[in-house]
Amino acid sequence: MKAGVLFSGGKDSVYATYLAKLNDIDVACLITLNSENKESYMFHTPSITKVEKQAEMMDIPLIIYQTKGEKEKELNDLHQAIRQAIDRYDIDAVITGAIESAYQASRVQKICDEEHIDCFNPLWQKDQFELLHELIEHKFDIILTGVFCYPLGQSWIGRMINQEFLTDVTYLHEKYAINVAGEGGEFETFVLHCPLYERALSVIHKKIIGKRNAWSMEIEVE
Amino acid sequence: MLLIQIHNLPFHYFEFVKPIESILSAQNVSYESLHYKKVSEYSIYDAEKIIICGTSLKDNAFLNDVSYFQWIKQYNGSILGICGGMHLIGLTYNESLIKQQEIGLHSITYKKEFFKEHGRKEVYELHNLCLKPKVFTILAESEKCVQVIKHPQKPIYGVLFHPEVRNKNIIASFIT
Repeated sequence: MKAGVLFSGGKDSVYATYLAKLNDIDVACLITLNSENKESYMFHTPSITKVEKQAEMMDIPLIIYQTKGEKEKELNDLHQAIRQAIDRYDIDAVITGAIESAYQASRVQKICDEEHIDCFNPLWQKDQFELLHELIEHKFDIILTGVFCYPLGQSWIGRMINQEFLTDVTYLHEKYAINVAGEGGEFETFVLHCPLYERALSVIHKKIIGKRNAWSMEIEVE
Repeated sequence: MLLIQIHNLPFHYFEFVKPIESILSAQNVSYESLHYKKVSEYSIYDAEKIIICGTSLKDNAFLNDVSYFQWIKQYNGSILGICGGMHLIGLTYNESLIKQQEIGLHSITYKKEFFKEHGRKEVYELHNLCLKPKVFTILAESEKCVQVIKHPQKPIYGVLFHPEVRNKNIIASFIT
């Protein structure tokens, strides 16, 4: 089976790609929606242009599709991007890294159904702690590229997801009910290295912007 | 406890079986999880309760394999069929399926209490077909489809929506 992965460069879509390959799915392409709207309902935005480097490290073709990110209109853009993947790579399925969002998952399901292709969500309903443990165990190097809620602040930007991170975020989960995997939009991530990469990516330039409990880091990697 | 998998594309395990296994593990319930083509008579009749999982919209080859599920009529324990599992329960009793799609969050209304559920509830749907029951009692409906059914005499239940998504308590109540 040939599949395209809806790919943001964050931990969930990279891990979904990894699980697909482990389960003998031919990942024919990655599909990235580059949204001009930083508040997009559907698509993860920080560091999205860096997915080209990630695709190169995995040796998987990448489709980047521009979207203004207007609610509902961006679904049409997603549909067009998936159609492009069907036309160019003859995929019979789409894979997502959706875990909890019924909004995202159901819209992708509808598009796949209209295109008569299958849809896989290998992280669907996955326990937030189990996910982080697996990412650490499988040696994913992941950094935080955005934080968006109290009490997270600038000091969390650029942190690696490791045991120390897990300890700190577990404390915040107990005190403030933060989802430790960031599923409530608490933070966003970028994967610098994982078992699918030819080599690790390094951050060569970064620009951090934000205030109070909303910070983002634009990075250049090589 | 026996969990029966109906997906024919193995990668669907993560979406339609593992979340249910996680609920059972969280309740400290020991279970066996098997694909319907690998289930033995021993596994079926040794289990006190059985859950038949669902699968994706496209992965519906199980509908051609109703003969694998004839044990449903002879089994005396409790069965909960989820989505495709509900379809299979209905088909073994010669109920009919109609085309009707619901995807995403929808409201359903319980006509009778079902594992402590009643009134109007929001559920996660993912189906292109639904049952038109004649033998089974209807416990809940959405605007378009029958959502929950029960056999008139036996503890055999079918739910069209996916309780493992927003209504995990249904599965927890069924297994305890």
